[in-house]
Amino acid sequence: MDKFRMIFQFFQSNQESFMNGICGIMALASTQMYSAFDFNCPCLPRYNLAYGLGILLVPPFILFLLGFVLNNNISMLAEEWRRPQGQRGKDPAVLRYMFCSMAQRAMIAPAVWVSVTLLDGKCITCAFCTSVPVETLGNGSHPRLSQGEIQRVLARIPCKEIYNGQELIANEVAVRYLRCISQALGWCFVLLMTTLAFLVRSLRPCFSQAAFLKSRYWSHYIDIERKLFDETCAEHARSFAKVCIQQFFEGMSTDLVAARCHLPRKAPVDTGEAAEKLLGITDRGTMNMVLKSWHRCKPPLHLHPPAPPTENGWAGEGQPPTHPSVPRRETAAYYSSV
Amino acid sequence: MDRFRMIFQYFQSNSESVMNGICGLLALAGVKMYTSFDFSCPCLPQYNVAYGLGIMFIPPIILFLCGLILNRQSLLMLEEWRRPQGCRKKDQAVIRYMCSSIMQRAMVAPVVWIVVTLLDGKCLICAFSSSMDPEKFVGFANVSSVQVQQLLAKVPCKDDELMRNNLSRQAVSRYLRCWSQALGWSILLILIIAAFLARWLRPCFNQATLLQARHWSNYIDIEQKIFEETCCEHSRLFAHKCILHFFESMRQEIKLHSFSLPREGEGAEREEDLLRGITDQDQVDKLLKTWYYEKPPLNVSQATHR
Repeated sequence: MDKFRMIFQFFQSNQESFMNGICGIMALASTQMYSAFDFNCPCLPRYNLAYGLGILLVPPFILFLLGFVLNNNISMLAEEWRRPQGQRGKDPAVLRYMFCSMAQRAMIAPAVWVSVTLLDGKCITCAFCTSVPVETLGNGSHPRLSQGEIQRVLARIPCKEIYNGQELIANEVAVRYLRCISQALGWCFVLLMTTLAFLVRSLRPCFSQAAFLKSRYWSHYIDIERKLFDETCAEHARSFAKVCIQQFFEGMSTDLVAARCHLPRKAPVDTGEAAEKLLGITDRGTMNMVLKSWHRCKPPLHLHPPAPPTENGWAGEGQPPTHPSVPRRETAAYYSSV
Repeated sequence: MDRFRMIFQYFQSNSESVMNGICGLLALAGVKMYTSFDFSCPCLPQYNVAYGLGIMFIPPIILFLCGLILNRQSLLMLEEWRRPQGCRKKDQAVIRYMCSSIMQRAMVAPVVWIVVTLLDGKCLICAFSSSMDPEKFVGFANVSSVQVQQLLAKVPCKDDELMRNNLSRQAVSRYLRCWSQALGWSILLILIIAAFLARWLRPCFNQATLLQARHWSNYIDIEQKIFEETCCEHSRLFAHKCILHFFESMRQEIKLHSFSLPREGEGAEREEDLLRGITDQDQVDKLLKTWYYEKPPLNVSQATHR
């Protein structure tokens, strides 16, 4: 148990830092993705807006969902949400805590993508180049072009090689203007996100510290309980299999006694210990019932002192006679002396 | 117990250095952000000032808030400030000490950003090129006042067709950069002198109070960490007991008595001790609520028990 305790303490204290690490890695991955992505503005009037805004908004959505997928606790949250109530009440505050902590971590990578995109400026330049105020920035005295022509000319602003509207409005002026707006939006977005994070973090101790401590404790408890249950079941399965196979071999060797007049070997001493670990559950139907009962009716969070509970058991009947688990076969050994 | 002691000594000695490390990393991150940021002045009359001053002041605010968020002590200080008094008095000197140490650390990265910005000069050139007096510069002296604003606003853009190879542009640019760098170095000098004086003169005032405040703020930090560790340990044992009881009650239900109860012997007694008599949900909730509403007095000489 000592080894398990050390491992659980490591995970417990490091689970938050593990999730923070994944968060940071995803944020770095999103900046890397952005710099590796080959941005190609289509330079056509209506396609520009769709492309620019798509690159700005679709990858953050994907990164947000990925943040949930990579988080181990999502299955724990779903389990706790959907389980039948049984003897243990469900605390919605715990569910909210778990969901909020996962959502906060999943929001980091999308926020990084949006900030980097806005601070770089290419997306906004592509998306809004047709809305540049030509009257203030460009030549008012240019010969009149139709609205559609102007749109087509302006749409080519991001593509310097094919831009042909230098008399209408200088390319550098328009690009500088759009990039300035984009960077201003980017910094404001980062400021907004940071302020929100600061408020969320600093208002919590002022208002709901006791409830927070409770929710945090029980959400960690649920996680640890699930891991311990899996470990206990694994241990049980191992002992079950061991005893089963030993009994099989015992049965085989009993058969062989008749054929070869060998004394059956004495069962190894540690069968008793393994059999003890089975905790009285020795067949498939019983094990299935145990697993079903664990899901449908979790025990109340109330530990009794080591007296056995009397609500459901047949303890009133006293000790029924112990049956040996393997029926002993009667064999007759024939000795022939030739 | 040995392992706990080692861990606590690590936390004790490294709490301050962890925070110093975070502070330094944030300052470096600020510098890196500045160098990788593609500064492009809009070169338009009203937009220049907004852009230049925005780049100079908004990222420091962001870095300051990040410095507060990433510092664990800020949460501790808020908790200590807002907790109900209960059995433990609140010491204002401790809260003030924690507040000032948090603020000092959070201010480092913003100051580094502002100083780097000023020493580089681009922000000030962008923001104040339209406010220059055109009479001082030969190339702009004879231009009409409407046009001169537009021209001055284009000074930060070297590659603009009007500004390429314009000597007056270079003159304005050099003039503004000189002012910017002078301002940057002066601010740096003043801050370093202030920090030096503060550190040098502090032992002359209230050294005993300072030692006490520092001790108790470390204490609060360590107490919080131990509380969390103890809660983890407790919940692990709770879960262990809960699961074993569950299996046992299942066995009682199905009436199999072939094998005897697993006697844990010493292990069970030690775990009972560690559970400290807290064995159900209401008791744990009460424990956590009591921890918040009525912290125990700082006096462990008499036997305290809950």
